[in-house]
Order: sequence, then structure tokens, then C-alpha cells
Amino acid sequence: MNHHRCCGGRQLRHSMGRSQQPHGEVHVKSRPLAAVAVIIGGLAVLAVGLALSISVGAADIHLSTVWQALFHFQSSQNAQRVVVDIRLPRALGAAIVGASLAVAGAIMQGISRNPLADSGLLGLNAGAAVALAFCFAFFPKIPFIELIFFCFAGSGLSALLVFGFGSMAKGGLTPLKLTLAGAAVSALLTALSEGIALYFHLSQDLAFWMLGGVAGTNWTQLKVLFPFACAGILVALFLSKSISVLSLGESVAKGLGQRTLLVKIISLIAVLVLAGSSVSVVGSVVFIGLIIPHVARFLVGASYSWIIPCSAVLGSILLVYADTAARLVNPPYETPVGALIALIGAPFFLYLARGKKVGL
Amino acid sequence: MVDASVKKKRVLSRPVWIMLSSLVLMIAVFLVSMDIGYIKLTPGEVFRTLIGEGTGKQNLILFDFRLPRIVVSVLVGAGLAVSGTILQGLSQNSLADPGILGINAGAGLMVAIYIAFFSAEGGSSLFALPFMAFIGSGAAALAVYLLSYKKNEGLAPSRMLLVGVAVSAVISAAMIVLTLRLDPESYQFVASWLAGSIWASNWSFVVALLPWIIVLLPYSFLRAHVLDILNLGRPTATSLGVHVEKEQLFLLAAAVGLAGSCVAVSGGISFVGLIGPHLAKRLVGAEHRALLPVSAFLGALLLLIADTIGRAVLQPSEIPTGIVVAMIGAPYFLYLLAKTSSR
Repeated sequence: MNHHRCCGGRQLRHSMGRSQQPHGEVHVKSRPLAAVAVIIGGLAVLAVGLALSISVGAADIHLSTVWQALFHFQSSQNAQRVVVDIRLPRALGAAIVGASLAVAGAIMQGISRNPLADSGLLGLNAGAAVALAFCFAFFPKIPFIELIFFCFAGSGLSALLVFGFGSMAKGGLTPLKLTLAGAAVSALLTALSEGIALYFHLSQDLAFWMLGGVAGTNWTQLKVLFPFACAGILVALFLSKSISVLSLGESVAKGLGQRTLLVKIISLIAVLVLAGSSVSVVGSVVFIGLIIPHVARFLVGASYSWIIPCSAVLGSILLVYADTAARLVNPPYETPVGALIALIGAPFFLYLARGKKVGL
Repeated sequence: MVDASVKKKRVLSRPVWIMLSSLVLMIAVFLVSMDIGYIKLTPGEVFRTLIGEGTGKQNLILFDFRLPRIVVSVLVGAGLAVSGTILQGLSQNSLADPGILGINAGAGLMVAIYIAFFSAEGGSSLFALPFMAFIGSGAAALAVYLLSYKKNEGLAPSRMLLVGVAVSAVISAAMIVLTLRLDPESYQFVASWLAGSIWASNWSFVVALLPWIIVLLPYSFLRAHVLDILNLGRPTATSLGVHVEKEQLFLLAAAVGLAGSCVAVSGGISFVGLIGPHLAKRLVGAEHRALLPVSAFLGALLLLIADTIGRAVLQPSEIPTGIVVAMIGAPYFLYLLAKTSSR
């Protein structure tokens, strides 16, 4: 068995090397040119979006002031302080969270082979919500940074539960089991947090926090978020070829010599890191992780080597623009950015779903 | 390899056995449920009241308060579970439940709108709310159907699921924007409605719900073999003489009718629709002829237990039934998932 696996590993590397050639063994349709265009164009659009996000809001700030704030910062000027203390972390936070959630969603869809999958399937949102409800109910005066820590612990715990139950049985961790365990654990934890919230009359507080979006992002949160996001995205990029192979099906991947369980475990850890940190810092911004990978797949084909970087760029763009729009729709009130994303994203998603074929 | 004849025999006897034991359990839960609560009736008293020898007070409690609620729980549980089984069968996706067609979201939005403009108080809302909820769920399901239907290709299950997710997301987004502006008390009401509670329980709701269940449950049981054939794929089903479009539409309509009418009186208890079919599948296998009735019984049992617990634990206040369903259903489901080996 071991010997077989060992040979399989060599075969895998071999076949992967060849998959780039026109007649590779792993035949995944992809459009590298389109992907490069999406990434480069996307980064430009993202830069414009960040500038817009910083300058537009309750107080309009001229772009030259933004420039000065970034490179000739004077703490005496109010406009510059708004830029550095409020607008900039918020814009960057949106970009990071958008990228993280989109990549996490892409990984989940790839390894579970379910077009409805996203990071919510690991119960991360539900886990964070339980931790939050628990803290609100029993330690209402807890400092903010510890709250984040508890949320992350909650997400981690739920991911562990999903993973544990999914892989407990003889058949091992099949995508179906992962999906089902995820749905069940999510339902359980959601029920728990709803119960706590209803009993302690916290429903609306909890909803405000979970829907809060990137509004209150500060530098402390960014410092927590940034390393997790970078690490997660790097791991995802590193794994992208294995995920492409796995997305062809378990048996195909095994036949090509992939150690599927190992790939799945590392992928799920990456998802936990990416989505867990996002959820604990900004609450639940659902739908990005679901919709962006479909958009990326539509644009660049089925190879995860391209889907993952494109998802990162597109996710950033979506969240940065949506967050800017959320400030403008109904000033001075903010519309929950998750709701806005659903409203913008859904018609586009419908268009894709009605298009030629939505496969994986 | 199991001998074919042995397998055949098990398919016939095991479901019946499970249904009978669910029935016995339901009666037991019913008796326990009467014996706990704000006013208790012992099993003996229940029996005497049932055969018409109870006191006026016992009659009132049994026939006017408890019994309608129990009947509603059983009907809703069965309806949602069967609706979920049909949807999972049609879409061939294990995550499908009535919520996936936007049924819960549609109902929730209409309820939130009603609460935002009128209030939950007053006698009129007792009937207006379920009515609004039913209209909302029907409209959402219709939107999903129309948006996922394509003239040449008909109704592809995967497309329907994706469209359903998108439509639900839009409706939920609208609901979130609306509910965040509600005052805390109304928000609490909407939140507990969404969590699912069998609060609308008097005989008129039973009467309103019963026709849907009586017509649609047997109908779906009769069409069980069609679901099995549809699972073989469109070309095979067509060559076996099944009119795919028509059957899909009818089964879908049955699922929507069941879920819509149930959600209207119970709020968002969609988890029964997700888990009922899976429990049944783990117990009797994937053949719909056995699966549909077994999941109906299991769904009814699950909801009855959940409603009893929700009523009993935090007296005199109640835990929404939907929450209890998830709390007891999910661990059992996880246990089954871990115990049975994958097929």
C-alpha cells in the first residue's frame, strides 16, 4: 500500500508537469490569457476602487488630500486623520476580507464538488455567532480584541466538529459527508446562538454585529487579519493544482496518485484560516464566497490554478465597491454590506446560472 | 454481496417496522406532552377526556389548546419532511430543502413587511400572518421556477438550486434591510417567527392545513416511482416513457404546496425538511417508495418531540420549535452519519 502511494506521488508530479502541455493527462479546460487579463485589469479596477472608497463618504475628501495623508502625514489635519484612521483601514479591510472569502469559497467548491458550497459549509459563521452570543450573554464587557479571539475559536471549533464527524465513519471524508456534516453542525450551532439570543433578548445586537461588515475596521484588526489572509491565500495558490485534480472527482484524483485526504485537510485548514479570520473581524459577509468562484470559473475556465488568484482579485473588487456603495445608498445611514452584495450579486449570479452550463 | 431476495424482503419489512415504531413513539410523546406543561393531565385523565368523560376544564385544555397544537406539529413535520424528500430527489442534491426554493425567505419577508407596517398585536394578525406567509412562499417559489426554466432545456436541477440560492439571497437581503429598522420588540417577534414556532395552533389552522396534506402526501407517495426514474437521468427517464417536464413540474408544485402551507403556520422550520429525508435514507435506503412515507413519519415524530421539549424546558416561556428541532435533530443526524458507512 505504502509502496503504491509512494509511486503515486511521483506519478502525480509527473502528470502535473505534463498537464501544462497541450496533451496532458489531466485535461482541465482553462483560459490562461483571459485569466492574466482578469488579474491585471482587476488589480487596476481594485486600485481605483480603493481610491474611491477612501475619498467618498459622509465627508468627501479630495484625492490630493488622500495622497498627502499617505505620504506626508500631518496629524493636525482632520481630513488626513480621517483618511489614515478610518477610511484607509476600512478600504484595506474590505479588500482583504473580499479576497479571503472568495478564495475560501473557491477551495470549498473545488474539494466538495458542490456548486452550492462556500466557507459557511464548515459552520464557520455559525461557530463565530455562537461564540459571540455566548460572550454577549455572559461577558458583556469583554474587550474587543478578545471578542475577536473568541469568534475565531468558535469558528475553529465548528470546523473541527464538521471535520471530525465528516471523517469519523469507515468510508472516510467524502465530499457528501463533509457537506452533510457541515449542514448539520451549522444548523446545530445556529440554533444554539438563536436560542441564546432569544432568551437573553440579544437578537438585534447579534444581527447588527454579524451584518456589521467592514465599517469599524481599524489598524489593530488589520494586523490580526493580514497575516492570516496572506498565509491562507499562499497555501491556496500552492494547492491550486491539487484542487483542480481533486475537483475532477475523488477516484480520478486517487487514480492520478493524489493523496486526497492530505490535500483535503490542508485545504480545509486554509479555508478555516481565511474565512475564520474574516468572520471574526467583520461578521458574516455571505455570498461572496459562493458567487465569486462561479464568476471566476465563467471567465477563466475550470482550472483552479487560475480560479483561485482571479477569485482573490474579484472578491476584493466586489467587497471594496459594495462597501463604498453601502455608504452612499442611504446616507448618513449605512446599508448592511452583505445585503447589498446579495442585491448586486444575485442578478449576475442568475445570469450565470441561466447561462450555458454551470458545472464544476 | 447480499443475496437479492434477502435485500428485497428487507426493503418491504423494515420501513413498515420503522413507521409503526414512530407511530408508537408519537403516541408516547403525546401522552408525555400532556403530562407536562403549565397544566398537567395524566395519561388516565387524557384517556377519560378522549372518551368523553372529562371535566369541562380538562376538555378545554385537551381539545382547545393541546390537541390542535399537536396535530399541527404532526402535519407540519410530515409535510416539510416529504417536501424536502421530493426536492432532494428532484434536484439530486443532498443539501436541498424547502428553504432552497426561497420558500422560507419569501414567507419571512412577507411576515417582516406585515410586522413593519401593522403590528403583531390584535386578532387580525392571527390569520393575516399565515396568509401573507403563504403568499410570500408561493411567490418566491414561482420566481425560482420561472427564472430557472429554459424553453429548450426545461428545468435542470442544478440550475434550479443555484437560482433558488440567488432568489433566497435577494429576499433575505431585503428582509435584513427591513428588519434592522424595526423596534427591538418587533424584531424579537420576527426573529422568533423565523426560528420557527408553532404558535398558530387552533383548529382553524388544522382545517386550513389538512386539505394540503391530505391531497399532496398521498399524491407524492403515488409518484414515488417517478422520482426513482427521474434519478436515472433525463434521457433514461424519457426513454422509459416518463414525461420529464410534466412530472418535474407536478412534483415541484406538490413540494411547494406542502412546504408553503406548513411554513405559513409554523414559521421557518426548514431543518425538518433537510434532515427528515436524510434520517429516512440512512434507515431505509434511497428507494422513494419506502423513503417518502418513512420520512413523513420521522418528520412528524421529530417535530412533535421538539415542540414538546420547547414547551417544557423553559416554562412558562417557550423555546421556538425550530431551534429545538435543530438541537435534537442535528446530533442524531451526525451520529447516523458517523455510524453508517458511505455508499
